[in-house]
Amino acid sequence: MVGWGVMCNQMVANVDAGAEVEAEIGAEIDRIFHALADRTRRDIVRRVIEREQNVTDLAGRYAMSFAAVQKHVAVLERSGLVVKRRQGREQVVGPVVDTIGRVRRLLDEYETLWRGRIGRMDAILGEAEGAQTER
Amino acid sequence: MPVTDTTREADAFTVVAEFPAPVERVWELWADPRKLERWWGPPEYPATFVRHDFTVPGKSIYYMTSPEGEQTDYAAWGFIEIEAPTRLEVDNGFSDADGNPAGELGWNRFSVRIEPTGAGARMTVRAGFGSPEHLEQLLGLGMLEGFLAALTQTDAILAEGA
Repeated sequence: MVGWGVMCNQMVANVDAGAEVEAEIGAEIDRIFHALADRTRRDIVRRVIEREQNVTDLAGRYAMSFAAVQKHVAVLERSGLVVKRRQGREQVVGPVVDTIGRVRRLLDEYETLWRGRIGRMDAILGEAEGAQTER
Repeated sequence: MPVTDTTREADAFTVVAEFPAPVERVWELWADPRKLERWWGPPEYPATFVRHDFTVPGKSIYYMTSPEGEQTDYAAWGFIEIEAPTRLEVDNGFSDADGNPAGELGWNRFSVRIEPTGAGARMTVRAGFGSPEHLEQLLGLGMLEGFLAALTQTDAILAEGA
């Protein structure tokens, strides 16, 4: 979930937050955006967030070689979005579970979300009374 | 920015904001669905409230629309307490089209308090969450749906930088 968090932050930051949010994104966002610039990698992340996937099953889902899928997983792993572990003979890919970091980041996002909302509320309140109430 | 304070607890997030407007006008932002739609969702994912029964017990049902025009899953509010123009208690979560809870997670409760100040009104919103999963749900309710679709749009820009 870490990656989603950062990206979400970035997106919200573009919308309405200030430099403080943008500042903490930095290089991490570049890596994550690069990792997610590819459709297959986005799909892998989506599946892995839903539940852990073993690499063989994952590879079976895409019209490309096992090695190509492994390469995509490696890029995701380097960006910190997924983690690979061995389970018997299988390699299993899971989301990065760093609960504390995750909660912190989620709270960052949530705060950004509310700051955006309150900014918009303020803008509406700033309008002349009676204006803009009709569609 | 009108935000004056935020507080993070283990299971809740609180934000306090002060507006140079009377309590009643701040209340209208919650009570009037057409106003609510203008601030609840970010500009890229505007919320559409298809129902807003602002009574107890009453429900609001809304969805959001992605930049590609796709509708997200429905979400709903269940009103637990409404005391105009100062107190609001709401349960919210993903729902079906009729506003019945959908999905595995329970709903989250949030409360809104609006009080007069010398210069206008102070609004305190406290949102509770039971777990990281709940927090994710709250974010999903806010804007995360449709997010993959938005990313697709950025492919061209990303390709330039790669």
